[in-house]
Amino acid sequence: MIAKCVVHGLRSLGAAVIASLSYLGMLASFHARLGLLLGAAFARPRLLMAQLHFVGNRSLAITLVSGLFVGFVLGLQGYYTLNRYGSEEALGLLVALSLVRELGPVVAALLFAGRAGTSLTAEVGLMKAGEQLDAISMMGIDPLRRILAPRFAASLIAMPLLAALFSAVGIGGGYFVGVVLIGVDSGAFWSQMQSGVDVMHDVGSGVMKSFVFGWICGATALAMGWLARPTPEGVSQATTRAVVASSLTVLGADFLLTALLFGQ
Amino acid sequence: MNQPLISFDAVDFGYGARPILQDLCFSVAKGELLAIMGGSGSGKTTILRLIGGLVRQQKGAIKVQGCSLESLDGEALRALRRNMGMLFQAGALFTDLTVFENVAFPLREHTRLSERMIRDLVLMKLHAVGLHAVAAQMPSELSGGMARRVALARAIALDPPILMCDEPFAGLDPISLGTVANLLRRLSKALGLTTLLVTHDVEESLAIADRIILVGQGRIMAMGTPQAMRESSDPFVRQFIDGTEQGPVPFHAPGPSLDALLALNQP
Repeated sequence: MIAKCVVHGLRSLGAAVIASLSYLGMLASFHARLGLLLGAAFARPRLLMAQLHFVGNRSLAITLVSGLFVGFVLGLQGYYTLNRYGSEEALGLLVALSLVRELGPVVAALLFAGRAGTSLTAEVGLMKAGEQLDAISMMGIDPLRRILAPRFAASLIAMPLLAALFSAVGIGGGYFVGVVLIGVDSGAFWSQMQSGVDVMHDVGSGVMKSFVFGWICGATALAMGWLARPTPEGVSQATTRAVVASSLTVLGADFLLTALLFGQ
Repeated sequence: MNQPLISFDAVDFGYGARPILQDLCFSVAKGELLAIMGGSGSGKTTILRLIGGLVRQQKGAIKVQGCSLESLDGEALRALRRNMGMLFQAGALFTDLTVFENVAFPLREHTRLSERMIRDLVLMKLHAVGLHAVAAQMPSELSGGMARRVALARAIALDPPILMCDEPFAGLDPISLGTVANLLRRLSKALGLTTLLVTHDVEESLAIADRIILVGQGRIMAMGTPQAMRESSDPFVRQFIDGTEQGPVPFHAPGPSLDALLALNQP
């Protein structure tokens, strides 16, 4: 009896491991296929521009507003902390480095996953449920190439732009709180930032992170829509799964990238 | 009869362990209008999906225009699909495009025609289904029947030699139904289209089809001309043609009786 239970348990565990691995394999193959279709997406600039407007424009307002408030908080918290050591003139440097290296790419990616990513998942999932993807296939058109690839390429382009805007507005917010409201010296704020931020290393790393996060958010959202069960419930679950998977992957990837890019 | 354009040879298909179609053998000649009929869930739509390569059979061989579907890679299958037009049950129109753009979609993707030529072709196709006046509307503004007619216009946009229609008459008013049935018949004969209709509409099918296949329990239960079907004494055919509850096909899904479920027999 006990042996039977053990065998049953091992079998269930094995089946779960195999199912998880095959799902991961399917996701990896989906990412690879989208990557290979990037050339095709850039070959049709009108489609790409339409999608860039769709995914970029939709995330713009939330990105700018969030960036501003994050900048306010950074300005305030940064000032309180630096003031203890009499280094409040380094506020500009602290705000800029925090935003350009970390908060800009990461928070913009999380907002993108919640705003544009869910739209992408729902759109593709509903196209699947409404047999529109099958209709495209039956016209002799590859839906991955025609529907998904332009959306993926748009995510790759939109993400660094949104992160840059987030950081720029955040620095503006930090300046407003630190310089205009609290009274930190304006010249010190900008000059510290100018001397302390390395364009290639700091800004370049932020841009590189944004590209990676754009890949993660775009491909994950599209994969979840593509693999969704073609029912209203299936699309709803896929949308939730897309946000959770994108957010966790972005945070995990951020740690790895930080270790790689800024490690001694 | 002409050489078969589509042929099924001992085809089995199922979802997992659940069989849908078993040992299916039939062929469709070039220019033929074949109606596939049968009860709900009998696998009629699956036959169209098998022909289009949207699903793969588990056993047997399917040939379309002389090509074995199982031997085709993705690109070859896409090339073959350009010779097929498919009208889906719910229309499957692109909801973010206007009626005009929906019909223009395959033309834009597969041809390098000028905008003027595309406009003329699209309006002609929409005129054929009586809907050129709604070209600027969005699919959400159309009734179910109108959406299906637009989908038909899109399916014939590239003048494919094979046309597959899944429930083309569902939701149509009597005038549209007669018009669409005649249109299918005319297109089939005038352009030499090979047409497969999946339908429940017995009268229209008997009126326009060259041949009818009756599918039930995953198999072909009867096959013949409309005349032969009308005169058949086969109980399965009679039940379907006459639309009666009595016959070999039960109205109720198999399972325990209602009495048993309600436990009326229990003390």
